Amino acid sequence: MALPLARPARRRNDPLNPRKSNILLIVMIVYGLYTLVPLVWLLFSATKTQGGLFSSFGLWFADDFALFDNLAATFTYRDGIFLRWLGNTLLYVVVGAGGATLLATMAGYGLAKYRFPGRRAVFAIVLGAVAVPGTALAVPTFLLFSELGLTNTPWAVIIPSLISPFGLYLIWVFATESVPTELLEAARIDGAGEFRTFFTISLRLLAPGIVTVALFTVVATWNNYFLPLIMLSDPEWYPLTVGLNQWSSQAIGAGSQPIYNLVITGSLLTIIPIVIAFLLLQRFWQSGLTAGSVKQ
Amino acid sequence: MKHLPSLAARRALAVLAAGTVAAIALAGCSTGGSSDDGGAAAAGDGTFDSVKAALEKGGEITYWSWTPSAEAQVEAFEKAYPNVTVNLVNAGTNNDEYTKLQNAIKAGSGAPDVVQIEYQAFPQFSLTDSFVDLAQYGFADFEDDYTASTWGSVTSGDAIYGLPQDSGPMALFYNKAVFDAAGIAVPTTWDEYYEAAKAIHAANPDAYITNDTGDAGFATSMIWQAGGQPFQTDGTDVTIDLQDAGSKKWTENWNRLVSEGLVAPTSSWSDEWFRGLGDGSIATLIIGAWMPGNLISGAPDGSGDWRVAPMPTYDGTPASAENGGGGQAVTSQSKNPALAAGFLWWLNNSEESIKIFLESGGFPSTTAELSSDEFLSEAPEYFGGQKINEVLADAANNVVKGWNYLPYQVYANSIFGDTVGQSYQNGTDLNEGLTAWQDALVEYGNSQGFSVNK
Repeated sequence: MALPLARPARRRNDPLNPRKSNILLIVMIVYGLYTLVPLVWLLFSATKTQGGLFSSFGLWFADDFALFDNLAATFTYRDGIFLRWLGNTLLYVVVGAGGATLLATMAGYGLAKYRFPGRRAVFAIVLGAVAVPGTALAVPTFLLFSELGLTNTPWAVIIPSLISPFGLYLIWVFATESVPTELLEAARIDGAGEFRTFFTISLRLLAPGIVTVALFTVVATWNNYFLPLIMLSDPEWYPLTVGLNQWSSQAIGAGSQPIYNLVITGSLLTIIPIVIAFLLLQRFWQSGLTAGSVKQ
Repeated sequence: MKHLPSLAARRALAVLAAGTVAAIALAGCSTGGSSDDGGAAAAGDGTFDSVKAALEKGGEITYWSWTPSAEAQVEAFEKAYPNVTVNLVNAGTNNDEYTKLQNAIKAGSGAPDVVQIEYQAFPQFSLTDSFVDLAQYGFADFEDDYTASTWGSVTSGDAIYGLPQDSGPMALFYNKAVFDAAGIAVPTTWDEYYEAAKAIHAANPDAYITNDTGDAGFATSMIWQAGGQPFQTDGTDVTIDLQDAGSKKWTENWNRLVSEGLVAPTSSWSDEWFRGLGDGSIATLIIGAWMPGNLISGAPDGSGDWRVAPMPTYDGTPASAENGGGGQAVTSQSKNPALAAGFLWWLNNSEESIKIFLESGGFPSTTAELSSDEFLSEAPEYFGGQKINEVLADAANNVVKGWNYLPYQVYANSIFGDTVGQSYQNGTDLNEGLTAWQDALVEYGNSQGFSVNK
């Protein structure tokens, strides 16, 4: 995402930090181009027919403007399977990322604010879990789910998505810093139960952290590719990522039916929601990231 | 392949999938290889009648395929056999599907009844008893219906692990306009091909005689044509010799093209590739006979320019090899193998189904179609009205005999880029790449329970 980066560049005029650096400027411009050019390419390419895609320069329009035809074709190809994939992705994001955020928040808060035996062990396990890439666990997870008879069902994608050790860790650090223990004690003295304290007081204090975790898990689930790829064999349950890859694979081998224009238009449609989510939540996200960076 | 998921991820998949092969191979041996103790006993009375009875009785089966003709074929089948329901699932194109199939086999459930499988991937599954031996249903009677090379690809000794669907005898597809403009004749030998490559690239530095960035399927087919037999399997004993006479014949031929930069560094099946096929910057393809439909749909700009000629040879004796192509098999997990076998039989042996397959642009494996007047007299406009099937059918008759793939060819192909691909990238001797590939394959095979080069 290039947009959050535009800001530090502008902030160089900040009276607190007036020093200008040409090197930094160049680095940022290069980085900005690096991130923006593929997006621009995608935008231009989405307006082309398949023929135009092959015969025109990537960063400009082709002779024919076919964006609307492409959009219509993307939504109607194979009885509108794209919409089905979009719905699946939304389901996985809402249930998976939503659930992951909730669980990470509750667990992170609990670990930060309660003292209980085994807390250090949990801490070590969570930190260890952050270090293990999900890809490495995909096949063991597959075999496990296969035993349970859950492969090729939405649960196979949702359940593993529910766990976000990184989110838990983030909330934990965040809660330690931003939820004063004194406040919780005051609430307890006033007679509030632990759940009431959590939902009415702590949750609000944790909001920036929760948004940050939500953003991370939403992006992770939205872009999730490897797990659904091996868990699902029925295209009816594919998320957009795996579905688009299937469209792309149509160009390979005997009897190929390349639909690059639909792959590209579909990709554009796929990133739009996530770009919007980033823009809307950017403010929370930034304050979430910097929270706790300065000791009060 | 830049439009595909990261190479690393794909390779990880292949490794994980292939990792389970040998374990199953050994398990299969120790249990005496009873592949279908499921529902087969009920129907497998050694004749084709049981299959016919299963078709009439009906039931439900699942069929995995990514082929464009599958949908129409399933529809026609269900019409012909109204008691049978076929759930068609596109579980991914080639390697993606094999990974899923391998995982399902490892997990013991989740595999379809009938599965699409390319010839190069057959040994990996048939050797591990993942497919039902169809000889028990009298499928041996169908041998004469198919070309020798495709039948050989789905069988192992007396065991029949599937029926061939399409075939891909190689031919030279060339852009006549490019050759005419450069004033050169169509090459019939590899030496002429090399001269043509130089002439085309000299006339237009953006144009190349063909593209090749190191493609395992292409390389193995080229070795096949040169008479190489680098892979031999006997049970779990595997012999790999990628420096045999045929392999060296190919590298001697191809080295000069690669090292002199005469092949376009464009990956096959990429958007750039289709573009090159359309605008003449890729002037020829040495590729399977299933290519015409792909040219027509993927490179419409090249219409009228393309022609087909026999594959260039080393010494003037016609010789071709199979490139790609595949069929279907019945998995051992099938609860109703007789019915699945019936569907498979209809799919690849009935006139109705083969007709649909041909209409979708496929190239047949059945001798009847390959020699029918209707098929041979087709003269597509895209190819300037040339009767291309005459050339392609002829190629099918000239496929060099004796080729075998490795029992872990899917994995082997996935690491081709790391080894031989390096030679392509650096423009160095392909023999070094092949040797590195062989070393990696020997080590892998031994680590998986095969006995390789021992």
